[in-house]
Amino acid sequence: MMLSLPRASENAAEVDHLLWALLIISAAVLALVMALLLRYIVKYRASSEFDRGAEAQKSWRFESAWTAATLLIFLGLFVWGARLYVRLFDPPRDALTIYVIGKQWMWKVEHIGGQREINSLHVPVGRAILLVMTSEDVIHDFSVPAFRVKHDVLPDRYETLWFTPTRVGTYRLYCTQFCGVDHAKMHGEVVVMSPPAFERWLAQNGGAGDLAREGRAVFLRFGCGGCHVGTAGEGSATVPAPSLAGLYGSPVPLAGGGVVVADERYLHDSIVDPGREVVAGYEPIMPSFAGQIGEEDIVKLVAYIKSLAPGERP
Amino acid sequence: MSAVPATVPVKRGETEGSYLEDGHTLASWLLTTDHKRIALLYLGSITFFFFIGGIAAALVRLNLIVPQGLLGSAETYNRLFTMHGVVMVWFFLVPAVPVTLGNFVIPLMLGARDLAFPRLNLFSWYLFIAGGAVTLWALLVGGVDTGWTFYTPLSTGYSKSHVVLAAVGIFIAGFSSIATGLNFIVSIHRLRAPGLTWYRMPVFLWSMYSLSVLLVLATPVLAITLLLVTLERLFHIGVFDPAVGGDPLLFQHLFWFYSHPAVYIMILPGFGVVSEIIPTFARKPIFGYKFVVWASVSIAVISFFVWGHHMFVAGTSLYSAILFSILSYLVAVPSAIKVFNWIGTLHKGHIEFDAPMLYALGFVGLFTIGGVTGLWVAALAADVHLTQTYFVVAHFHYIMVGGMVSAFFGGLHYWWPKITGRLYPEMWARVAALIMFIGFNLTFFPQFVLGYLGMPRRYASYPPDFQVLNVLSSAGATILAVAYLLPLAYLTWSLIYGKRAAANPWRATGLEWRTPSPPPTVNFLETPVVTTGPYAFGAGDRMHHHA
Amino acid sequence: MPLARAIECTIMPSGAVRHDFQYATPAYQSQTAVAGMWLFLATEVLFFGGLILSWIYSRHWNPAGFDRGSQRASLAAGTVNTAILVTSSFAYALGLLRIREGDARGLVRCCAATLALGLAFLAVKFGIEWPDDFRRHLFPSDPDFGVQGPQQGGARLFYVFYFWGTGLHGLHMIIGVALLLWIMHRTRRGDFSKRYHTPVLVVGLYWSFVDIVWLTLYPLIYLIGRSA
Repeated sequence: MMLSLPRASENAAEVDHLLWALLIISAAVLALVMALLLRYIVKYRASSEFDRGAEAQKSWRFESAWTAATLLIFLGLFVWGARLYVRLFDPPRDALTIYVIGKQWMWKVEHIGGQREINSLHVPVGRAILLVMTSEDVIHDFSVPAFRVKHDVLPDRYETLWFTPTRVGTYRLYCTQFCGVDHAKMHGEVVVMSPPAFERWLAQNGGAGDLAREGRAVFLRFGCGGCHVGTAGEGSATVPAPSLAGLYGSPVPLAGGGVVVADERYLHDSIVDPGREVVAGYEPIMPSFAGQIGEEDIVKLVAYIKSLAPGERP
Repeated sequence: MSAVPATVPVKRGETEGSYLEDGHTLASWLLTTDHKRIALLYLGSITFFFFIGGIAAALVRLNLIVPQGLLGSAETYNRLFTMHGVVMVWFFLVPAVPVTLGNFVIPLMLGARDLAFPRLNLFSWYLFIAGGAVTLWALLVGGVDTGWTFYTPLSTGYSKSHVVLAAVGIFIAGFSSIATGLNFIVSIHRLRAPGLTWYRMPVFLWSMYSLSVLLVLATPVLAITLLLVTLERLFHIGVFDPAVGGDPLLFQHLFWFYSHPAVYIMILPGFGVVSEIIPTFARKPIFGYKFVVWASVSIAVISFFVWGHHMFVAGTSLYSAILFSILSYLVAVPSAIKVFNWIGTLHKGHIEFDAPMLYALGFVGLFTIGGVTGLWVAALAADVHLTQTYFVVAHFHYIMVGGMVSAFFGGLHYWWPKITGRLYPEMWARVAALIMFIGFNLTFFPQFVLGYLGMPRRYASYPPDFQVLNVLSSAGATILAVAYLLPLAYLTWSLIYGKRAAANPWRATGLEWRTPSPPPTVNFLETPVVTTGPYAFGAGDRMHHHA
Repeated sequence: MPLARAIECTIMPSGAVRHDFQYATPAYQSQTAVAGMWLFLATEVLFFGGLILSWIYSRHWNPAGFDRGSQRASLAAGTVNTAILVTSSFAYALGLLRIREGDARGLVRCCAATLALGLAFLAVKFGIEWPDDFRRHLFPSDPDFGVQGPQQGGARLFYVFYFWGTGLHGLHMIIGVALLLWIMHRTRRGDFSKRYHTPVLVVGLYWSFVDIVWLTLYPLIYLIGRSA
């Protein structure tokens, strides 16, 4: 019988500390309530006929006291929980990006080097890992209890999840958003390896080529170069298109005002829903490729565009 | 101090002119506008649905005895837990106390002769039956397999089960809720007896009022959400479909905007019932009356602003998560206030341990456990780990079953003499209450541990090292089932063989106890006039124990 | 008390005003009925409100598509219908004024006018505008959808809200028409007088509310995005 959960990520220990604090506070409150209940039902039972004396008056003193105490404790818990949570929105810049695609009822994992896995995720220990995730059908949820993280995986958009594994070992991966018949079978394992072992694994499981090169093939196959011609993919005089070279990571001014950073999500959404965030100064003429390019191919395209350095011809 | 006997020596079969005697035909029941008869019609209906939902639960726990799933079919399991949720939420927990105890007791507590709109009341029962019939039909033709939460796009585009039928059934039943809530609000505003000012009303009326505001304002949002899901599924186009720029998260926002107030719809009546029972059996006014009543009102108001805590890992923004977390802690404060006030009521009381009190005390303990575990899931980083696991399942069952179902049974026993004119067998009732407390904890406490260890919810099968805790939980469920069957047996028995009850067997305050048990159709032959606050137990006024 | 007896209590022949036995006076019951209707309208606000908020939310993420969709909507039909509906509420209000003077015949005439206008609204909406929308392939699941190009998804979504919103509104109008017929029937039967005409007021509240819902839908459908 499993009695404990390993702490295998950098924030696991801190989450556990929060959970311990919650346990202690809960136990204390429960003990107080139970103790008072027991004491009163014994002492003040009807058959014990002593003079109760005057009833407690001025209840607002008690009320303010326990209301204030409750609020204070709650505020403390909120701040603690929020501080840990905020970190989940702030992955390190040098995190290793791995793509995850959920579908009924399996997890497809794609490493940048083209390595593919089903229902398993190999990662190196001690390095921040950023998962870029999407679904091909319904909402799933990528959950690794040993890391104390989970996040929903939605169709037609990218969600991210990051962690830093701290212990070599194999840990359970579950889908935790009900997704149909075999929801309970959509689990797997996260294998944390030492960096040299990870490199060896990558080499042994290398795909036909790396993801970016496959992405170039997708780029050509779907005729993206038809509009995104030119030295940086910036289109022609008659059909101008936003440049692609050096696009990833740079700020993009939008037609409706505002600026967005060209991250994986932006690239993905520009392919499936280009009308939503039109670049300032350009016409909204790019057609949507939703339903035409599958999520796996989009992952390759995104990897390809990421790889285009400024000045590089697509 | 006179010892007024609780029982009245009446020959069996002697008519007393009560509402039960006022017409014996089927039509006199099916076309009644008497709130008391309607309450009994509802009581029969929700009992029926409780057992349907209970059987589904029994099969769920049966399946989970072995890691690979005893039923052998994940599809069947998925339909079972969905129907358990749908039936229990909409056809038992949401209606239970309001439509049975509320319908029966509210006019009596107000000193009124009926609710504001008696025909609307009857119509609400027919809506409930219609909605229940459609939902049952969905169950009989194969059920639904999306979970009671109907998340899109699973429910709109991928599930091959009877989503539309179930959605229509719930939609119809929702209008029953709205009608009931509307009736209660207008009645409490307009039909209070002379002298019954707001601050002289028993806490139960304040709870029912708060609950009714939620019923009336939140349920329509569920209605439009279910309608949009139905239209999307029927026409294959819609607002939650990412392929046309729709947003599955919009569904979650709409759904939880109703469903979070819904959980307060489910528990507020329980608060009200417990707030009546404890003062009566402690022979003391409730401690901090104004704080308790305003706690109910503030729970109702704040409950509209916490729905996002169901979406901390769903892909919403950081700011929304922070806002909803802090508001969720805020809404927990009034509940804590109530618990302390109930305990304060016991202080210096003269406590009797009749079955209603046992249920009420059980409620306080179990609700406290459920409530403090709510603090866990309100903490953002903790929720990331615990959400979608058995921890959450345990948390809400402690509140809904440990809390609400206990309160329902407590209230049923408390007002049973008033409703039926009979006393239930006290010893059996106490035994059932104790068995329920034990069985409940054994069923659900192991699930907190399972959740922390990572076992996801809605899993038809699970890794073998979770088996021991699952078996413990299923064993508890068997005990719980016994605890629920016992009242069915002895309460039915009491209808024929129970001792006749006097007007006020508990020596309680409250206008409902000033009329015979059971009451005449018009409730009061003379409109009562109220001159004191609630829970005005006289000094030296001890309850004479009747058993 | 049995349903028949309860109905007896409130349906009165002209003359004495009876009231349900839990009310002290007929006036009190009238006021209570009106309060009940206001509360019911509050629930309708939440019902349509959920739809309208979803509309605004979806528009936020697809502004160009919604603009394109709005441009294809028939401004003429929408504006004519708005005029019809506002006039109908006015006609009903006149009827209420008439019965307050005890003029039952005047009430019937005004109700007839309201009814005619209400039916005209339904005729324009479902007899002219919707068929024309279908002809122009604007039903969202139409494979040959009337808006092509990158804005198609957003325009489709606009039309989802258009059809569901006007459909729900139309359903409420049909219920309103039935209520109008009921009021006219009861007036002809002599049920209403200067002293008692609560159902007239209550139905009037409902009709005006349905009118207000339309006034909220009108700019969302026909005006916003038209000039984009």
